Amino acid sequence: MSFRPSDEQRELKAGVRAFCEARLGLDRIRALEGSGFDAALWRELAEMGLFRLRLDPAREGMGLGLAEAVLVFEELGRALAPGPLVWTHLAAQWIEGAAAGAVVVGGLDFLGAADGVLLIEHLPLLDVLLVLREDGIERLDPRTLEAAPALRPLDPLTPVHHVAKLPRGERIAPASEAARLRRIGAVLTAGEQLGIAEAAHDLALAYAKTREQFGRAIGSFQAIKHMLADSFVRQEVARASVYAAAATLDHPEGGDVARAVAGAKINAGEAAMKNARTCIQVHGGMGYTWEVPAHYYYKRAWVLEERFGTVAEHAAALGERVSEPDGAWR
Amino acid sequence: MASVGALLPTAASVDLRLSPADEKFRRELRAWLAEAVPAHGAPPERHDWPARRHYDTSWQKKLFDAGYAGISWPQEYGGRGASLEQQLIYYEEYARARAPYVGVNFVGLLHGGPTLIVEGTAEQKARHLPSILRGEQVWCQGFSEPAAGSDLASLRTRAERDGDDYVITGHKIWTSFAQVADYCELLVRTDPDAPKHRGITWLILPMNLPGIEVRPLDTLHGSSEFSEVFLDGVRVPVANRVGAENDGWRVTNVTLRFERGTAFAGEIVESRRWLAEIAEHARRVTNFGARARDDAQLRREIGHLQAEIDGLWYLLKLSIAEADTAGVPGVGGSAVKLFFTELKQRIGDLALRVLGRAVLSRSDVAGLPVEAWSYEALQSLSMTIAAGSSQIQRNIISERILGLPKERAG
Repeated sequence: MSFRPSDEQRELKAGVRAFCEARLGLDRIRALEGSGFDAALWRELAEMGLFRLRLDPAREGMGLGLAEAVLVFEELGRALAPGPLVWTHLAAQWIEGAAAGAVVVGGLDFLGAADGVLLIEHLPLLDVLLVLREDGIERLDPRTLEAAPALRPLDPLTPVHHVAKLPRGERIAPASEAARLRRIGAVLTAGEQLGIAEAAHDLALAYAKTREQFGRAIGSFQAIKHMLADSFVRQEVARASVYAAAATLDHPEGGDVARAVAGAKINAGEAAMKNARTCIQVHGGMGYTWEVPAHYYYKRAWVLEERFGTVAEHAAALGERVSEPDGAWR
Repeated sequence: MASVGALLPTAASVDLRLSPADEKFRRELRAWLAEAVPAHGAPPERHDWPARRHYDTSWQKKLFDAGYAGISWPQEYGGRGASLEQQLIYYEEYARARAPYVGVNFVGLLHGGPTLIVEGTAEQKARHLPSILRGEQVWCQGFSEPAAGSDLASLRTRAERDGDDYVITGHKIWTSFAQVADYCELLVRTDPDAPKHRGITWLILPMNLPGIEVRPLDTLHGSSEFSEVFLDGVRVPVANRVGAENDGWRVTNVTLRFERGTAFAGEIVESRRWLAEIAEHARRVTNFGARARDDAQLRREIGHLQAEIDGLWYLLKLSIAEADTAGVPGVGGSAVKLFFTELKQRIGDLALRVLGRAVLSRSDVAGLPVEAWSYEALQSLSMTIAAGSSQIQRNIISERILGLPKERAG
C-alpha cells in the first residue's frame, strides 16, 4: 500500500498546472464566455495526450491509470478549463477520432435520475453524443436533435440546450460498461471539483492576506481565519477521497469501488460548493460582482455537481449499503 | 510544447492494495483478537476505578505478550515498530474485534512514552518505557490549569530548585486517570521572569509523593474521568526532568504533535464501526410506528456521514504518509483532529435521534444500546474542547499552514 503521489505524479500535475496557467488566465476565461470552447486549446490538450491518457499503448494510448488521470483533471478543474473534457476522455475507447481530439464527444447520464429536464451541455460543438442508460451506452448524432439554447446559462462557459425528446440511439456497449463509465466519470468529475475547491480556497486566502479593514489584513480576524481553515480541511478531505477512489478503481482488490467512488463525489462536491461560497463571502461586495472570478467557481461547482450523480444521489446510494454486515466494513 | 508523455510515471503510486506480508499480519492479528477479546470479558462499571485500572492494564499485558504492544513504538524500546500500513491495519482490526479501549494506558502509550522516546535520558527510558508497554505503569497528564487552558503556556504551577530537587506548588486540572496513575507528565514554571514559552520545564512526577492531592471532577455524563490535582511543596528529583530546564515548551510540542496526529486512528475506525451499528439499528427501531430507516433523509444522512468518515480515514493515511516522509507528525494532524471531533458529534446526534425517546432513560431499553450510545454521544462533547479546542485548531491551521497573520501577539 502506498498513499503519497509519487514524485513523477507530482511532476505531471505541475506540468499540467504550468500549461493551464499559461493558456487559461483570467482574461482568456473571460474571452471564452458564451462559446465555452477554444479550438486551439482543445487541440493542444489532445496533443498532450489528455484524451488518450488511459488508452492502451497498442492503440496509441499512454496506458496510464485513473490515479494519474485524476491529477490531470484536478488541474483542469482548477483552471476552469471549459468543454466536454471528461466525456471526450471517456469516449476515447469507443469513438474513432476522440482520442486524437478530432471528434468532440458530449454526453448525458441517465443512470441516476432517469427523468427530468433534458439539458445537453456544449451541444453545438458536439460531433457525437453518448447516453448512459440502465441497459447500456448509446451513441447519437447530436445534429439530429431538436434543441433550444438557454440564452443565459448558469455557467457562462458551459452553454446548454434544452431538448424536448431524446430518441434512442445506436447501442455501442452493454449495461456493465455504462455503469463502469459512470464510476470513472464520477471520479474524474470529482477531480475537477477538487480543483475548483482548491482554486476558490487559494483565491480567498490571497485576498484575506492583502485586503485591509480596520487598519489590518482581514485574514488576521478569527472570523475570516476560521472560514478559511474550514475550507482548507474540506479540500484536504476531498483530496484524500478523490485519490483513494481513483486508486481503488485502478485496483479494485484494494477496497470497495462503489463506496469509494460515491465518497469521492460527495466530499469533492461539498468542498467545491462550500469553498466557492466561502470565496465569495471573504471577498465581500466584490465577491458578488462579475469582476472577481469567485462567481465562476461557484457556477462551475453547480455544473459539476449535476454531472454523474449529485451529493444527495450518492449519499442515498451509500446510505442503503452502510448497514450491510461486515465485508464492506473491513 | 512539452508532451504529457515526457513527464509520465511508469506506475501508479497511490495504491491501496496490501502486500502479502501485510495480509498475513492482518490474518494473524484477526485470529489472535478473535480469541483474546472474548476471553478478556466485559469492561467493569465506569465508576469503579480500581477495576478499570486492572481491566485496562491486564489487557495491555496480553497485547505485550502477544507482540502487539506499542504498535508504533520503535523495536529497540520494546514496541512492535510496525510499518505505517500495519499500524493502520492494526487499528482497523482492533475496532472490528471491539477490543478494549486503551483506557488508563492512554497517556503512557500515546503521550508520555513517545515523549520519553524522543527526549528522555537512557535511565528514564529504561525505567518507564518497558513498564508502560507491559501495563505496569499508568500515566496521567498535568498540563492544563484553571487559568491556563487554550493559553497553555501561561501556566503558573511553580517549581523552585532546592539542591537536587524541584519543589512544586500549584494546581492542575482536567487530569485524566489521576485517581489511578503512577506517574504524571507535569509542566511547571521554572523561570517566572522569562517570556512565557521559555520558562517551562517538563517533569516526571511520581503520584505517590507527599503533598499531592487528587480531587475527582464529575463530568456532564456523570462519571469522574478527570480530576483536579493540587501540589503543595512536592519534592521531585532533578533527575526526573525531561529535556533541559526551561525547554519544556519544545518538549511539550513533541507530545502535542503526537496527540494531534496518529492518536486518532483508533477512534476514527471505531466511529466508522459505530455508524454502521447505528444504520443497522435504524432498520429495527420504531418510533410511533415508523421505522427510522424508512426516512429517506436519514438514509442520506447516514450515507453522507459514511463518505466523510471514509474521507477522513483516507486523509489520515495521506497525512501519516506525509509525516513519514518528513520524520515528525505534521500540523496536518490539526486538520484530522478538527474534522474528526466535529464529525463524531454529528454521528452522536444521529445515534440519539435513531434512539428517539429511548434516550431519555439513558439505560438500555427495548433491546436498544442506550447506555453505550448516550455515553459516546455525551463524551464526544469533550472532544472538541480537549487537546486544543476546535477554535485553537482553526487558529493553528490558518496561521501555521495557511500563513495568515496572528490576531494579536501572544
